[in-house]
Amino acid sequence: MTITRREMLAAGAATLAGAVVTPGLRLIELATAKSPEDAVTALRRWGMLIDVAKCNDCDACVTACREENGWQGHNRPATDAQWIRKVKLKDTETGYVQTLPLMCQHCEHPPCVDVCPTGASFKRADGIVLVDKHICIGCRYCMMACPYKARSFVHEATTDQKPYAPRGMGTVEACTLCVHRVDEGRIPACVEACTKDGHQALVFGDLKDSNSDIRKRLAAASSTQLRADLKLNTGVRYTGL
Amino acid sequence: MYITYREIEGRSFGFYALLAILGAIVLAGLGAAWYMEHNGHHVTGMNNQVVWGIPHVFAVFLIVAASGALNVASIASVFGRQLYKPLAPLSGLLAITVLAGGLSVLVLDLGRPDRLIVAMTYYNFKSIFAWNIFLYTGFFAIVAVYLWMMMERRMNDYSKPVGMFAFIWRLTLTTGTGSIFGFLVARDGYDTAVMAPMFIVFSFAYGLAIYMIVLLAGMNWSDRRVGEAVFGRLRKLLGVFIAGSFYFVLVYHLTNLYITQRHGVEAFILLDGGVYTKMFWIGQVLLGYVAPLVILFHPSLGKSRALVMLACVLTVLGGIAQMYVTIIGGQAYPMQLLAGKEVVESSFFDGRVGSYAPSLPEVVLGVSGLGIALFLAAFALKVLPFLPQSLADADADPHHKATAGEAGKPAAA
Repeated sequence: MTITRREMLAAGAATLAGAVVTPGLRLIELATAKSPEDAVTALRRWGMLIDVAKCNDCDACVTACREENGWQGHNRPATDAQWIRKVKLKDTETGYVQTLPLMCQHCEHPPCVDVCPTGASFKRADGIVLVDKHICIGCRYCMMACPYKARSFVHEATTDQKPYAPRGMGTVEACTLCVHRVDEGRIPACVEACTKDGHQALVFGDLKDSNSDIRKRLAAASSTQLRADLKLNTGVRYTGL
Repeated sequence: MYITYREIEGRSFGFYALLAILGAIVLAGLGAAWYMEHNGHHVTGMNNQVVWGIPHVFAVFLIVAASGALNVASIASVFGRQLYKPLAPLSGLLAITVLAGGLSVLVLDLGRPDRLIVAMTYYNFKSIFAWNIFLYTGFFAIVAVYLWMMMERRMNDYSKPVGMFAFIWRLTLTTGTGSIFGFLVARDGYDTAVMAPMFIVFSFAYGLAIYMIVLLAGMNWSDRRVGEAVFGRLRKLLGVFIAGSFYFVLVYHLTNLYITQRHGVEAFILLDGGVYTKMFWIGQVLLGYVAPLVILFHPSLGKSRALVMLACVLTVLGGIAQMYVTIIGGQAYPMQLLAGKEVVESSFFDGRVGSYAPSLPEVVLGVSGLGIALFLAAFALKVLPFLPQSLADADADPHHKATAGEAGKPAAA
């Protein structure tokens, strides 16, 4: 096969054009993405509203979280990690029964962060409470302090970890509010699953944005914080309780 | 009054046998820690409901007892009681070795004991744990200096101010240990300021009990005399400390019984908590308070050295029972999520009493803390003169008046 001079020039020009334009296109993508500083601004506070009236007996949120974050257990319920769970509550007077998902409540004043000796338990500026797996020494004091039993200790070696949700034996972990998705502008896996199943019981959003769906709904109807007596100002709220 | 201190000879078969037994306990503890670290904590009885177990029971007991062990020295140098002067060096020694035992267990139980350096380099100063890291390491240093002031004749003049500083430090340290629980707002069994002073009074009793066991055994096994003056004073002091502990426990429970919100946790500990109720009434109250008090204050039982020794051992056992009730019972009782609602179903044991059955490795690790403390103490007694040559009344009691027929002379060295 022979290539004519014309064909050679055309191919060269196309390659050159590609080489010039492609980085430009990439720059546009970068320009529209959030900067690292933007991702953790205190101008936002991520939160979740759980409409208990719409919450069914299903566990779509739990399954979605487990698959997303890879915390499948070893069939040992007492020691297996649970980042989110379904809980059935009964009114002690009337016997009225309700079911709801329970996970880290992403408190404004988290007791787990207060007690952590190394600062491994921390709260991001945007309100998400996390564990820094690099400096957690596995003392479990945060688990003693959490009123929601939201945290789990990794009791045995883990396999099939997700790169965005690292887990390590001997450290403590909990719901991250799917921080890896939130930073990409997506919603947490549990919320997505609940919406997809048509229950619409979970609403995720920015509690400080007056135009956000979550803020409007919180402003329109009464909501409850679990253990409100502790005045932790939780980022996760319940309505219909 | 001139006091002579002497190392123990430490060449007898008994001494080497003691070291061998204690050494074996220490090695077993290290093995248990290695096993737990390699397999993960699922090989223990601890779980996501009861996150602190037997290792913490022993660790906290020993840390509390360590600060209490220093009291005898404080009475001598801070409060100027001459009778306690010859007893002071052993008091400082035990404060160090018992703390070393407790801290070793605490550190070896961490999920990542290999990251100890992280705990030393990253601090969150709102955490009472972070304060405690400074309080514990500082305690070692201060007591070491205090021992130097006491044992080096030229430095004796400084033992009062250093002793005062060590005394304040130890009160702060136990305040910190009690506050580990006192600051836990989430759980009904904790979240009360009384934890701090209660732990201080516990420390007086636990520390003195361990001190008396080591003193009486060490003096007896090295053929040295302990006269009635010293023996009687320590015996009554232990009785007072145990009574004080009992009082604080009473105040703690009466306060909780007054607060309706806490009736649940009180019923759990006092009435229907199964092992925790038994551990409280039989272990903590009967064996830990009532039995030792009867022995120590009884006019004839209190004269028996063997029975007083038994009272000391019972105080230690009662103290371990108390820590079990406080630490494990306090976690086992479930937390309420919402007032007026009870949890009827949960995959994570919400609303249910947490189950905890200690496994062998964690028990071995816990007990090894005691082994470390006693091994270090026994070894130190052989290499440095911590024990007085005699505590016979004529040698130790500044108000002693020789009476006819009394063998008040120091025993042969």
